[in-house]
Amino acid sequence: MSKIVLTVDDSRTMREMLMLALSNAGYRVVQAEDGMHGLEVLKDARPDVIITDINMPRMDGFGFIEGVRGDDLHRAVPILVLTTESDAMKKDRARRAGATGWIVKPFDPIKLVEAIRRVAA
Amino acid sequence: MDAMAAIKQTFFQECEEQLGELEIGLLVLQDGDTDPETVNAVFRAVHSIKGGAGAFNLDELVHFAHVFENVLDHLRAGRLAASGDVLKTMLRAADMLADLVRAARDGTAADTGRRDTLAAELRALDPEAAGKDLDSGHQDSHGDDLDGPVFEAVPISFDDMEIESTPDEHQFIIHFTPKPDLYAKANETALLMRELCSLGEAVITCDFSRLPVLEELDPEGSYLSWSIELRTVQDENAVRAVFEFVEWDCELDVAQVGAAQGLDDMALEALIEKMQATVEAELAAPEVPPNDVQASMDEPLAAQAGSAGQALGNPPGGKPDAGKSSQATIRVDLDRVDRLINLVGELVINQAMLTQRMLEAGLARASGVATGLDELEQLTREIQDSVMAIRAQPVKSVFQRMPRLVREVAVMTGKSVRLTTAGENTEVDKTVIERLADPLTHMIRNAIDHGLETPELRAAAGKPEEGLVHLSALHRSGRIVIEVADDGAGIDRPRVKAIAAEKGLIAAEAPLSDEEIDNLIFLPGFSTASTVSDISGRGVGMDVVRRSIQALGGRISIRSKPRQGSTFTMSLPLTLAVLDGMVVTVAGETLVVPLTAIIETLQPKADAVHGFGGNSRVIAIRDQFIPLIDVGHELDYRSGFADPCKSVALLVESEGHVRSALLVDAILGQRQVVIKSLETNYQHVPGIAAATILGDGRVALILDVDAVVAGSRVAATGFEQLCAAG
Repeated sequence: MSKIVLTVDDSRTMREMLMLALSNAGYRVVQAEDGMHGLEVLKDARPDVIITDINMPRMDGFGFIEGVRGDDLHRAVPILVLTTESDAMKKDRARRAGATGWIVKPFDPIKLVEAIRRVAA
Repeated sequence: MDAMAAIKQTFFQECEEQLGELEIGLLVLQDGDTDPETVNAVFRAVHSIKGGAGAFNLDELVHFAHVFENVLDHLRAGRLAASGDVLKTMLRAADMLADLVRAARDGTAADTGRRDTLAAELRALDPEAAGKDLDSGHQDSHGDDLDGPVFEAVPISFDDMEIESTPDEHQFIIHFTPKPDLYAKANETALLMRELCSLGEAVITCDFSRLPVLEELDPEGSYLSWSIELRTVQDENAVRAVFEFVEWDCELDVAQVGAAQGLDDMALEALIEKMQATVEAELAAPEVPPNDVQASMDEPLAAQAGSAGQALGNPPGGKPDAGKSSQATIRVDLDRVDRLINLVGELVINQAMLTQRMLEAGLARASGVATGLDELEQLTREIQDSVMAIRAQPVKSVFQRMPRLVREVAVMTGKSVRLTTAGENTEVDKTVIERLADPLTHMIRNAIDHGLETPELRAAAGKPEEGLVHLSALHRSGRIVIEVADDGAGIDRPRVKAIAAEKGLIAAEAPLSDEEIDNLIFLPGFSTASTVSDISGRGVGMDVVRRSIQALGGRISIRSKPRQGSTFTMSLPLTLAVLDGMVVTVAGETLVVPLTAIIETLQPKADAVHGFGGNSRVIAIRDQFIPLIDVGHELDYRSGFADPCKSVALLVESEGHVRSALLVDAILGQRQVVIKSLETNYQHVPGIAAATILGDGRVALILDVDAVVAGSRVAATGFEQLCAAG
């Protein structure tokens, strides 16, 4: 069974690009539009990997990651953070919130898949 | 269209939304709102546009968005105050950004001069602007790439090497001790090891020595460490990159064995052999097969909390299905929706036919069939409403374009204007929205250009210098009502009347009510501006606005109070697919007259009808003479004229506020009908707007009231004289 990736991004463009790259690589994709929505989706979905944006309305990526790590059901799911910033501060904050790794935007589909393989078999 | 092109289209659509958010956010900030979420939303909008533009290599857009984003970041961090001047520059930058987005979308060239000026203005706002220019911004944004996961093979050329050798291999000894945090963040030692293996040949040893007895074992603790011998052509950076995500959460030591360059190839080989032998010998002790990452990893990992079921190559069975996506919206092809609407239209017609058949069959109203049909009718109506709602969109998309227009017109006219809006979320059919933009644009221009006074005049009149334009939308009795109100001087009635008389639109002495004078501005050929101004001019008058509103089945009216301002009110149907009509018969034909056009119906009395030159007749209705139009004669259904006393007159109002009485044989009733285009299915028929199918299955034509009135000679020549005659 193909692995399931939950993508959390407020940008429809980014969600579609992720969907394209991930489905081409054989993943199944579940989408959410912000952190709050992401946590809602997680009530039903059991993703193998989560990819989340940082700057989102309602609940940002940091809040979302903390939410996932605080949830006994999903705390062990690897979370990759999407960031346009090479900003070390932001990476560091994401890491402290519990992010497993990161992907720099604009992302290369191959690197995206490589990054996923690095955190989920 | 390939997938990327489709996404690009999404990107541009999303840009428009982001630009709307950006503008609204900046306007809210201008109003003195200091909510951090507003600043964040503004930042996010620009950030998103930049992100997407980067993915599509729209460099020009990326550069400008980057400069803009930098300044917004300072605003967000509180390093820059949201003063009026700052926000003005940002609003103009938002307009520029919108232009750049559209230029990128349409493949046209943007105004680079204006772009550079604005970029410079933005950079001037940057409190940390240390000579950063567009280009450096560019590099910054693209420099991001360099921080990406480093996985590429480092190209090495062996051609230059003098000695014949295998690729330049390095040998590393790596010691890796994860901290509990590494696992808490869902990182996996197994995967790191697998990745090391992908770099070359690895021998991995697990150290269990720190593993406590079971009673003392903390399931969230980290007790294992690993030593890895790696032979690879990659350099140390590539090796360290494997640990990129975990370097804070582990103790890592990467040491390169020997300086490979100085060693003879054979010697190196021998050294490696020897080391390997040593390691293998050591490994033989704990029963872990060397080189078998999976075997060495699975066991210890099972002991690690939180990593259940993630072991390499061993997908745990029976995972719950996570396919239940809870997306809030779906995107559907418009064609599909239209097809559905069409089908529902057919259903409505079919249902009406069934009802008719039932009546013809003489079934009792109380019979089971009749009750069932009533329920069907109810359901059909509900389905129709729901399907129409799919096409409905908030008027926001049109309203969002107006602030920019207001700013531009304000600059051109030298007036100070503030636009307020209400009811942006009021929904109406997509087609109506699309055709609303032009008339609305024109009305707003008009409100500022003609409605509002100059700041000096306003000050003299004791009003605030800043003029107000209020744009609002609301639902009222099954229609959408849109108002454009200004607090300007109101309609200058003596002047309007003088101009109308001068242009021969009315007789100079015609005694007109205030309301009638106000409505003169809707007459074709009327324009109060003595010179065609850049703004309201463009050869378009309020008559065109009225005509486009009427083409949508709507009405427009004006209320004006001297010195207090004017309000234009448009009332439009929520959809163009159905129409409330009055079903009438004319010379044996069944016609539908749009209900919106009908003011009242009446039974003419013999003494109220007067001949009026030739074949024209008028009817006296409450001291007013109204042209009487015989629809049957007008449409050539009959050569003679019907007897008004045996007919019914529909008092209608058409283009140019012209009232006429349409003579029809009888009224059959009022009905909601599904509009079927005649042009698409047949051809244009003069005097007819469209067609519909009635309950009995017959096609009925929908009357084009304006065309019929205009076609009748009475309306063309008689009305003004009548007005003059009173």
